[in-house]
Amino acid sequence: MVKEIEREGIPVVHIATVVPISMTVGANRIVPAIAIPHPLGNPKLDDDEEKNVRREIVERALRALTTDVKEQTVFEELD
Amino acid sequence: MKKLKVVHYLNQFFGQIGGEDKADIAPRLEEGPVGPGNAINGGISDYGEITHTIICGDSYFNENKDDASTQIEDYLKELNPDLLVAGPAFNAGRYGMASGSVAEIAAGLDIPVISGIYPENPGYEMFCQYAYFVETSNSAAGMRKAIPAMIDLIKKYVEAEGDLGSPEEAGYMPRGIRKNVFAEERGAKRAVDMLIKKINGQDFETEYPMPSFDRVSPAAPLRNMKDAKIALVTSGGIVPKGNPDHIESSSASKFGRYKISDFEDLTARSHETAHGGYDPVFANEDADCVLPVDVLRDMEDEGRIGELFDYYYSTVGNGTSVANAVAYAKEIAQDLKDNDVQAVILTST
Repeated sequence: MVKEIEREGIPVVHIATVVPISMTVGANRIVPAIAIPHPLGNPKLDDDEEKNVRREIVERALRALTTDVKEQTVFEELD
Repeated sequence: MKKLKVVHYLNQFFGQIGGEDKADIAPRLEEGPVGPGNAINGGISDYGEITHTIICGDSYFNENKDDASTQIEDYLKELNPDLLVAGPAFNAGRYGMASGSVAEIAAGLDIPVISGIYPENPGYEMFCQYAYFVETSNSAAGMRKAIPAMIDLIKKYVEAEGDLGSPEEAGYMPRGIRKNVFAEERGAKRAVDMLIKKINGQDFETEYPMPSFDRVSPAAPLRNMKDAKIALVTSGGIVPKGNPDHIESSSASKFGRYKISDFEDLTARSHETAHGGYDPVFANEDADCVLPVDVLRDMEDEGRIGELFDYYYSTVGNGTSVANAVAYAKEIAQDLKDNDVQAVILTST
């Protein structure tokens, strides 16, 4: 799905837990997620902390969408 | 003929430990065959015996790959089997990754591997060189065909003393490995013969099929996030509560387009997941953990992004064929273009 949308010229960032699958399906901008059943959350944290974690991942997704990439690129957490 | 010592790798479900609630169990070792291993063990009884079964939760393996791999490698070193059997994994994404990774570990220890998988499972493409995979159907409904095919390949493997021959002869899927063989005629003559057949419009069989790479070049990045219209798409099956379009929990036959302009935050009252194959508890409690509407609303308010598109698109990735996913995405892409959406965040579970 990532590939077919991007084929139309719309940049897509794929937030996915299993990065090798994302690579295989051909996503160009990949943001690693937290866990399969809750890619953008962590039920062990309280609500505010969890939202901060989610915000960080979405921020990374936006960074990916504004970054010029020439090949498949994984956007890891900033130090 | 020496009987083989065989070890079998299974996930938590086929390992009879439990469903998604047990998908996070660490690797464990059982003596003898378990679940589908019983049928395999019966079928190969003149050739070998499943002495042990390694079972690991699918989520655990994929989320803790290093730890799981180390543990499984330790088991294999200790057991030192003649053959590893993995799966079959059908079209289960996580199980295919786990089975394939275990095959890679075994291959590193010079232990041959026989497995079964659906050709579109990403685990096949990634790990085909490490195992002899028989082709299976896309779901466990194909178990009755998969098990005899795996038994058959194991028998052939023993009879041929490990030299199975070509994929076509032995009945496994291509491994992407080239082997030297003696041919009757030299290469130049074979090439010219092929060319003449081609010119005459006759059928010919290439000796080196070209790999099919279907890559899409990265689209240009957004210059101005502050004015951008962003859309959300998910394969994680997030739907309005009650799943109004009845999107299937597996092998989805459709996608949904749902309005989110009225929502600041997704809740257990408003949304849920239709996705089978992963533990739905978290997504049902708070669908924002799959579809981050709450955070994007904050960003909209802060002017970090221009706007979140009023609709999102959702389907269930579980077991859905590539052909269907391509068709859904083409429709979605057209709708995005018609609505001047500039970028997409696609989330997958």
